[in-house]
Amino acid sequence: MIRVEDLHRHFGGFRAVDGASLTIEKGSITGLIGPNGAGKTTLFNVIAGVLPPTSGHVYMDGQDITGLPPHQLFHRGLLRTFQLAHEFASMTVRENLMMVPGGQSGEVLWNTWFRRGQIAREEAELRKRADEVLDFLTIRHLATEKAGNLSGGQKKLLELGRTMMVDAKIVFLDEVGAGVNRTLLGTIGDAIVRLNKERGYTFCVIEHDMDFIGRLCDPVIVMAEGKVLAEGSADEIMKNEDVIEAYLGTGLKNKVKAELAGGDA
Amino acid sequence: MDILNALVAILNYVVIPATAYGAQLALGALGVTLIYGILRFSNFAHGDTMAIGTAITILFTWMLQSFGISFGPLPTALLALPLGIAATAVLVLATDRAVYRFYRVQRAAPIIFVMASVGVMFVLNGLTRLLIGVDERRFDDGTRFVINAREFREWSGLSEGLALRGTQVLTVVVAVAVVWALFWFLNRTRSGKAMRAYSDNEDLALLSGIDPERVVRLTWIIAAGLATIAGVLYGLDKSFRPFNYFQMLLPIFAAAIVGGLGNPVGAIAGGFIVAFSEVAVTYPWRKVAGYLAPDWQPAGLLQLLGTEYKFAVSFVILIVVLLFRPTGLFRGKSV
Repeated sequence: MIRVEDLHRHFGGFRAVDGASLTIEKGSITGLIGPNGAGKTTLFNVIAGVLPPTSGHVYMDGQDITGLPPHQLFHRGLLRTFQLAHEFASMTVRENLMMVPGGQSGEVLWNTWFRRGQIAREEAELRKRADEVLDFLTIRHLATEKAGNLSGGQKKLLELGRTMMVDAKIVFLDEVGAGVNRTLLGTIGDAIVRLNKERGYTFCVIEHDMDFIGRLCDPVIVMAEGKVLAEGSADEIMKNEDVIEAYLGTGLKNKVKAELAGGDA
Repeated sequence: MDILNALVAILNYVVIPATAYGAQLALGALGVTLIYGILRFSNFAHGDTMAIGTAITILFTWMLQSFGISFGPLPTALLALPLGIAATAVLVLATDRAVYRFYRVQRAAPIIFVMASVGVMFVLNGLTRLLIGVDERRFDDGTRFVINAREFREWSGLSEGLALRGTQVLTVVVAVAVVWALFWFLNRTRSGKAMRAYSDNEDLALLSGIDPERVVRLTWIIAAGLATIAGVLYGLDKSFRPFNYFQMLLPIFAAAIVGGLGNPVGAIAGGFIVAFSEVAVTYPWRKVAGYLAPDWQPAGLLQLLGTEYKFAVSFVILIVVLLFRPTGLFRGKSV
């Protein structure tokens, strides 16, 4: 589905992504974990076209999509959400959702006056879809609320809802669970699984909550210092020594190993 | 004490001129604020866009007049306005293609755009002079006065006259119609919402599949329309001189910043705040004082500031707002 080849993204002398190569299989829910500063979000930004890469390539279904602008990637079915939830603050929740499939005929100035019927039909269709998404996420009562007034967790739901407004192929979720309570996290997890099963979405999820990762993701890719450190099932990853070291440093690793060994004995 | 005469004098010398001027500033500030909100830079070329838009409209007006076409009691320039707007929009879009798009692709910092717009300003400045010359030109025809000072005196029996020029009424009527249309467009149409979405959160708009170039084009077309309308109304009300438009840049920016850059409602409020302050501060109040307190014989004109210094008013307003409320009265983007 997505193949990243030897991707670099440097900020001056700082190598945020330093030769990362990875593959995301079609239909999978791939987890992407790693300590803070490992380059996960930068990798997302490069894949999603927000940042141009310093070097390297990104392929989607075999086609080179390196450096394509975000709105073109959107129309190819590649979507992403943000670590810190983004929203159109001055618009209502419903309008936020209805904004999503950009490139509607109503966005052409000429059509605003001369093809009003078609625009009205499109808007009605979008509205229906938005309300379905709101029902799915159990936030229908917030439909007319200004998106800027939502709580952090509600904004996260809105982020997820945005990806449901179109038939996406692959969705990159950047810490969709950050700052969200456990119940809501469960709801989000269920929604992800359902979208994966019912609508065939492929997901790539950055997350720090290992329970969440363990429940949803297979495989899990670990990044550290801009490179891919390890890849495997969640269980394998959690036992991988390099991974533990990357997260905890050498001293703590030995302690954890000792404890694990003690636990086994 | 003669309250009626005092009121008429205030109406005649302060309220009416300031309202017309405020409407012109508001339209100018709307253009500046839209570009700031969506393209994210302060467009210093806006004053000269107004100038060249007006110059083009004047040329079309002369053309229509040479065909013997007039607009009855209304100025012929109003008929030429759509042609002027179209030509200005084409010019502005060409400027974007030639100058700004390059920096957009580079994802240049806003200050680079500002400096580029200063360059565009100089070029437009020269183009305007090449096109129509540097002289002052009057191009208002049609009915001059809605209320004539002499007739008003005879009708009311007051010693103070009240004059209301056709262009002043026209300015306010057109401004109200344009503002209504703009807000309808921004709030009700898909194109307008896409513009607002882009202004709210550029990254998210892009990731929602909104084509940025389309939004940018739309913004320039609307800004060109607003600039031309504001410029033509100002030229009809006063007169057309290219240099005046360059000078209007300051009060226009003051208006946009007072209201909160990027906020359309703020731009309108800001336009009127600046206009009323400017007119009230530079008006000699001696006459009004004479009606209200006939016994008081002030030595001066009771004029706070000579009209030569009227731009200082904009400066003071700007500084006060930037010191105490940098986001403006209506919470725009921070400057």
